[in-house]
Amino acid sequence: MYFPKLILRNALRHKLRTGLTLLGIFVAILAFGLLRTVVEAWFAGAEGASSTRLITRNSISLVFPLPIAYQDRIRQVGGVVRVSHANWFGGIYVSEKNFFPQFAVDPKSYLELYPEYRIPPEQMKAFLLDRKGCTVGRKLADIHGFKVGDVVQLRGTIFPGTWEFVVRAIYDGAEPATDTSQFFFHWDYLNETLKRTVPRRANTVGVYVVGIDQADRAAEIGTQIDRTFRNSLAETLTETEKAFQLGFVAMTEAIVIAIQIVSFLVIFIIMAVMANTMAMTARERMAEYATMKALGFGPARVVTLIFGESLAIALAGAAIGIFATFPVAEWFATKVGTLFPVFNVSQETVTMQLAAAVTVGVVAAMLPSYRAARVRIVDGLRNIG
Amino acid sequence: MVATIVEVRHLAKSYRRGGQIVPVLNDLSFDIAEGEFVALMGPSGSGKSTLLNLIAGIDKPDRGELRVAGLDITTLSEADLADWRATHIGFIFQFYNLMPVLTAFENIELPLLLTRLPRRQRRERVELALDMVGLSDRMDHYPSELSGGQQQRVAIARAIISDPLLIVADEPTGDLDRVSAADILDLLDRLNRELGKTIVMVTHDQRAAEHARVVRHLDKGELTDGESTAKTV
Repeated sequence: MYFPKLILRNALRHKLRTGLTLLGIFVAILAFGLLRTVVEAWFAGAEGASSTRLITRNSISLVFPLPIAYQDRIRQVGGVVRVSHANWFGGIYVSEKNFFPQFAVDPKSYLELYPEYRIPPEQMKAFLLDRKGCTVGRKLADIHGFKVGDVVQLRGTIFPGTWEFVVRAIYDGAEPATDTSQFFFHWDYLNETLKRTVPRRANTVGVYVVGIDQADRAAEIGTQIDRTFRNSLAETLTETEKAFQLGFVAMTEAIVIAIQIVSFLVIFIIMAVMANTMAMTARERMAEYATMKALGFGPARVVTLIFGESLAIALAGAAIGIFATFPVAEWFATKVGTLFPVFNVSQETVTMQLAAAVTVGVVAAMLPSYRAARVRIVDGLRNIG
Repeated sequence: MVATIVEVRHLAKSYRRGGQIVPVLNDLSFDIAEGEFVALMGPSGSGKSTLLNLIAGIDKPDRGELRVAGLDITTLSEADLADWRATHIGFIFQFYNLMPVLTAFENIELPLLLTRLPRRQRRERVELALDMVGLSDRMDHYPSELSGGQQQRVAIARAIISDPLLIVADEPTGDLDRVSAADILDLLDRLNRELGKTIVMVTHDQRAAEHARVVRHLDKGELTDGESTAKTV
C-alpha cells in the first residue's frame, strides 16, 4: 500500500495545480460524453429499427405518395406477414418551435408492427374506436402536459387547415431507447377529410411499413415488392427500416462528423494540458526520483509513480465527469425537446469516457516517465526542482 | 589486520560539457579500510563528489577498477548495481533529499521496502533508527515540519536502516548552521566509533574534516598530498 499512498499524496501535493487539472478533465470528459450522446441520438432512429420491418416509398422521392391500392398487392408478396401505411403530417402545435413527429396511420396494423409501443388495453380500445383519437408518446405527453381526454389542435402545413384530435392513449416504450416523442392518429380521418377538401390527394400514403417473416430475406422480399410495381406510375423503393432511417442521418452527415471531430478534439486538448501538468510535475521531482534510484529503486518504480499519479488525476476527473454526464444529459434533453426523441447516455458512451480518461492519463505520463526512468542519478540529484 | 573495503585502481572519469570532454578524475588509486571514517577534501571541481558517486555506485568510471568488499562494481549492470546499492550503501546528501510527502518514519522505512521484511519488523527497525538519531518524538512529522538538522538526522537514519556496508555522505553539513552541523558530525562519529560503520564523507569544511580519522585531498582529479590522519583513534 506504500506506493498507492505515495501516489495519492503526490497527486495532492500541489492542490491548486491538481484541482485545475481535475477541473479540465471533468469538463472535457463531460463534453465528450455529451457530444457522443448527441451522435448516438442522431442514430437512435436507425438503432431502434427492427430487422423484420421494411419501408416501401416512392422511388423518386419520399415527398411523392403511393396509392393506397398497393397495400393488398404488397401483402401478397411471399414472406410478407403484415402491411401498414403511414403519412407524415407535419402539423404545428401552437408554434413552430414545438416540433414533434406526427403520423397518420392505420392504427391496428401499424401498432401490430410496432410492438415496442406499449399501450394499456383500455386506452388502445378507445383509440381504435375514435376516428379523431390520437396516441402520443410518454415523452411528448410529459413535455406538453398531454393527458388522456385532452383535445389537441394542430395547424396543418402539408395538409392545410386546423385539425382537432382527442388524446385517447399514451404509449410507453418497451426499451429506454424506444422513441416516445411521436403523435399517431387515424389515417382514415386524414383521408376522409382530403376526399372532401383536396380529392386528388386522397387515397395516397407516404410509406408502407412491411413486416416480413425472416430478417435475412429482407433484400429478396424488398426486391420482389419493387419488381411488383416496376413500370407503374409510382414505382417503389423498398429498404430495411434501418437503411431508411440512416438515409435521414446521411442528409446531416456533415454535422455528425463535425460533432465527432469536436468530441475527439476536446480529449486531445485535455491530453495536452495533462501532459504539461505531468511534465512540470516530473521535472520538479527529478531529484526525488534520482534519490529513489540511488537508494536502489529501479526505473520501473519511478515510472509507476508517475503513471500512477497521472492516472489517478485523470480517473478522478473522469469519475466526476461521468457522474455529471447523466444529469446534464437529462437537462439537455429537456431543452432540445423532441428534436432528439431518444437522448440517453449509453453504456458505450460511459465506456468511451473511461477509455478516453485512461488514454489521457497514460499518454500524459509517457514522456515524463521516459525521462525520469532514463535520467542519470547524478544528473537528477543536481536538479533543484 | 584491518580489511580493505574499498579498492580504487587507476580510476578515470570525464564528463561532456557543451561538446567538450572535461576530465574529472585521472588515474586515481587508493584504498579505504573497513571501519574508517574518511574525509575527501579539495577545491571546487577537484573531483571529490565524482569520486564519491563512483564509490557509491551511482555513476560509472570511464576506466579503472573499483572494488567494494571484493566486488568490482564497474562490471555490474544498472539493475544489479541498483540492487547492490540497496544493500551495501547508505546515502547522506547535502540537501537531505527526503520525500516531502512522507513522514520521518516513512522516509526512513523507504529502503526497507526493497527487502522482504514484514511490516512489523520494518517498524521495529525504523523505531530503533529513530531512537538512535534522537527523533522518536518526531516520527509522524513531515520534512517541512522539521528543522534542517532534524531532516539530516532523518536522512542519516534512512542511510543506516538497511545496515549498509558503507555510508557515503556528500557535504552532509553544507546546508546546516554551526550547531546543527556539529550535532550531525557527532552522530556520524558515533556511527563510526560505536557501530564500526565505514564512512566516506566529502566536505570542503575543515571543521567537518576534523571529525574524520583520515583526510584525503584531491585536486584536479588526483590525490595530492597522500593520506593524512585527521585524528588518532
